[in-house]
Amino acid sequence: MIFDDIFHALPEVFLLGMICLVVLADVFFSPKSRVLYSLTQLSLMGTAFLVSRSFSLDTFVFFDGQMILDPLASLLKLFTLLILFVVLLYSRDFMESKGLAKGEYYILTLCATLGMLFMISGNTLLLLYLGLELLSLPLYAMVAFLRNEDMVVEAGMKYFILGAFASGLFLYGASLVFGVSGSIELSEIAASLETGHAGNPLLWVGLVFMLAGFLFKLGGVPFHMWLPDVYAGAPLSVTLLIASAPKIAAFAFMYRILVIALPALIGIWWPVLTFVAFLSLAIGNIGAVSQTNIKRLLAYSTIAQVAYVFLGLMTGTLEGFGAAWMYLLTYTLMTTAVFGVLLSLSCDGREIIQIDDLKGLSRHRPGMAFLMLVVMLSLAGIPPTVGFFAKFVVLKAMVEVDMTAYAVVALLFSVIGAFYYLRIVKVMYFDEPDRVNLPVTRSVAVQWILSLNVLMILILGIYPTDFIALSYALVVL
Amino acid sequence: MFTENILSWIIWFPILSGLLILWVGRDDRVLWTKNISLLASLFSCVLCFFLWQRFSIEASEFQFVERYDWIPFFDIQYYLGVDGFSVPLILLTSFFTPIVIIAGWTVIQHRVASYMAAFLIMQGLMCAVFMCLDAILFYLFWEAMLIPMFLIIGIWGGANRVYATIKFFLYTFFGSIFLLIALLYMHFQALELELAESFSLITFHDLPLSMQEQTWIFFALLIAFAVKVPMWPVHTWLPDAHVEAPTGGSVVLAAIMLKLGTYGFLRFIFPMVPDAAAHFDWLVINLSLIAIVYIGLIAIVQEDMKKLIAYSSIAHMGFVTLGIFIAFRLLEAGNIEAAAMGIEGAYIQMISHGFISGALFLCVGVLYDRLHSRRIQDYGGVANRMPKFAALAVLFSMANCGLPGTSGFVGEFFVILSAFQTNAWYACWAACTLILGATYSLWMVKRVIFGEVRQPGVSALTDVTAREFFILGVLAVCILWLGLWPNPLLDTIHAPVNHLLQQVM
Repeated sequence: MIFDDIFHALPEVFLLGMICLVVLADVFFSPKSRVLYSLTQLSLMGTAFLVSRSFSLDTFVFFDGQMILDPLASLLKLFTLLILFVVLLYSRDFMESKGLAKGEYYILTLCATLGMLFMISGNTLLLLYLGLELLSLPLYAMVAFLRNEDMVVEAGMKYFILGAFASGLFLYGASLVFGVSGSIELSEIAASLETGHAGNPLLWVGLVFMLAGFLFKLGGVPFHMWLPDVYAGAPLSVTLLIASAPKIAAFAFMYRILVIALPALIGIWWPVLTFVAFLSLAIGNIGAVSQTNIKRLLAYSTIAQVAYVFLGLMTGTLEGFGAAWMYLLTYTLMTTAVFGVLLSLSCDGREIIQIDDLKGLSRHRPGMAFLMLVVMLSLAGIPPTVGFFAKFVVLKAMVEVDMTAYAVVALLFSVIGAFYYLRIVKVMYFDEPDRVNLPVTRSVAVQWILSLNVLMILILGIYPTDFIALSYALVVL
Repeated sequence: MFTENILSWIIWFPILSGLLILWVGRDDRVLWTKNISLLASLFSCVLCFFLWQRFSIEASEFQFVERYDWIPFFDIQYYLGVDGFSVPLILLTSFFTPIVIIAGWTVIQHRVASYMAAFLIMQGLMCAVFMCLDAILFYLFWEAMLIPMFLIIGIWGGANRVYATIKFFLYTFFGSIFLLIALLYMHFQALELELAESFSLITFHDLPLSMQEQTWIFFALLIAFAVKVPMWPVHTWLPDAHVEAPTGGSVVLAAIMLKLGTYGFLRFIFPMVPDAAAHFDWLVINLSLIAIVYIGLIAIVQEDMKKLIAYSSIAHMGFVTLGIFIAFRLLEAGNIEAAAMGIEGAYIQMISHGFISGALFLCVGVLYDRLHSRRIQDYGGVANRMPKFAALAVLFSMANCGLPGTSGFVGEFFVILSAFQTNAWYACWAACTLILGATYSLWMVKRVIFGEVRQPGVSALTDVTAREFFILGVLAVCILWLGLWPNPLLDTIHAPVNHLLQQVM
């Protein structure tokens, strides 16, 4: 029995072992030798391989109901690990020139990865919480990694204090839900609510507290304050790490609790999410317009993008959930690409900070400018990019449940969104360069993977059929 | 090889060759780039003529239909087909790309490959819009088309290009939102009725919708297409975009992109929401009359040649929308022949305006390349130095004010004639354009072309080169041909017009 359980949890066990190995290796190898980097990438790939080996269409619940392994978990883990692999690849040159490429950095990244895996396949409130903390604590430390810079310390403190507060709220909410339903296992909570605790106001309070925890991680208004400061303060590679894979884990976490454990309370979380989604659209899009710092702009754009995920979720239909997943995966793909371009332009350690740093990029780095152009169009939701289809499926799900007016409002905000994404295109293509010879990464691997990443955005925009089917499969299977 | 998938060839050949040029084109291989682009655009022209040859003008249904599953999950198809409304516009589109490429031959000095590629890609996308029979496919091309135009204005445009191009993009993007929502709404109506092909435009045509639903959809579609036409009062992006765009951009914008809006009227609003459109026809008719008269007056006082032509474009597009919506009045009165004449007039006006405005923008381009000014007061007496150019420019201006014998006359005459049969006032207001058009066109001609040479720059002008003479000459032939013998065009659109009127009744 226990061997079966360990077999199902093999990816996590392997990753834990590799973390220990990296800790050991840190003692023996100097950061310059790239052994740690290779070992980290190897452990991510190895874990991904084990995840793909254990893929099955059946659902397994193991470790006394603590963990679950279903197609949703397997696919999300695979995607998360792949994204993290790409993230580290994009970051390598930048980390090395910025002095970030130390053992701690890799160990923390791997710990955060383990946390994400637990969040994706957690089946009890407690394990989900542990996953959340295992993800968050390394990230707090990584934000403040360059502790001699002022902005960094501020960002780190802000992230830590607000993050700890949000975790506290979640834990309190979880305890209330446990108190009412008598279980911490998600499916048992759902079963106990069906037999009639759903009207208990304590449960509602618990739900709202837990929502605060999810919304903080995903960056929904009014829990978005940390995003612009942390994005701007953290080193670029850490910003990419925060902006990409953890969103998948956080949404998996939210999805399991809202849709698997608490579907009976949809009457409560539906209006809350609607409110949050439209506030996020408004604040994200309007806030981004006046930004001059590109990382702050991307932070506000994240707030606006994530709102679409909430819109998909709030429809309360399977189509809507599938659309939300598709949007989230698309968002991750696009974010990784944007930061990938920025990182390869900052490979000498001088970060791209202002939008104006990209002035006239199309003159001296036409390739990079073109990649950025495609991603910006995709973020703005203009075909033929996958960003359009991601918005399309969400809107379609909304119109299907007679939320046409909401859909129109959401789209009106996307016109504002188009403005600031186009502003970046304008800076790159229409302005004269004033900082000639931005460096560009010499690593062939980065160039190829980055091109492939952007090509995916285009190809999935032209032939989205399988991607749409996959997103819906996440929900249905 | 071509007959089965000719529509796909017409779409994808220019797009792929554009991408290829973008990929391999370098600034040190300029001549090579230009030659390849010209060849590609001429080949797509040949493809379009081939299409025209094979096209049967008797049939009212869609021809050369291509249909493949694209996203079967949502019932979205790759579904193309053409009827008499599409074919002339496709021809017009593919006709203008070589013109634009030749016009930019020596003028465009930097990023030549990107310039040529942008026009080729845009040609493919615009042709696609005229062929799509699937709503989402249509929307995809409709939006994607904005990207090359955005870059063309922004990269090769004038001093205020950034403002103009972002305004252009956001206006159109704003309009498209309502189009998307309306399409989705109709899709779910079709699903509810369990109709097959729930995203096909043909399904939408037969959709039974209540008056209230029709009203909502009508206004959504109206916003989307009115921005593109553009109709008063959402026209303000056009003068900016035209003034700042490079000559080629202005030509394509005026000659083809504006027609997408009126094509949308014919393909979407007319057959899909006829009751609401008939109910609100007064609105569109009045907006069109305002465009014709008020914008015509604005055009008179312009001091910038491109702005003047841009405003005259808005006024002329007012004729198109007037001709389309006057048909509803005539149908109510049971006067089907006059209704058909109104729509046919509107359609001829679309094609004719394409040639005339394109030609006028090319003329301004010829002057601008020499003197780098678009202001009327910087010229005067150009005829003394550029006799060949003057002859052609006068012809185009005459066509612009609707001189009989030129294509400008036919469309306007048809529309005014059918307007007379509903309400003499409509006709009177519409006929104002003959005076206003003559005023702004001829006054500009007088100030720019005729008179004494006063400016030192003008006395140094040289006449058109063979290259410029060729493109202007070809356009002059087209304008005269359409003005003297419009029958081929009329025959082509006869069947779809009748089909459209039957659908509405």
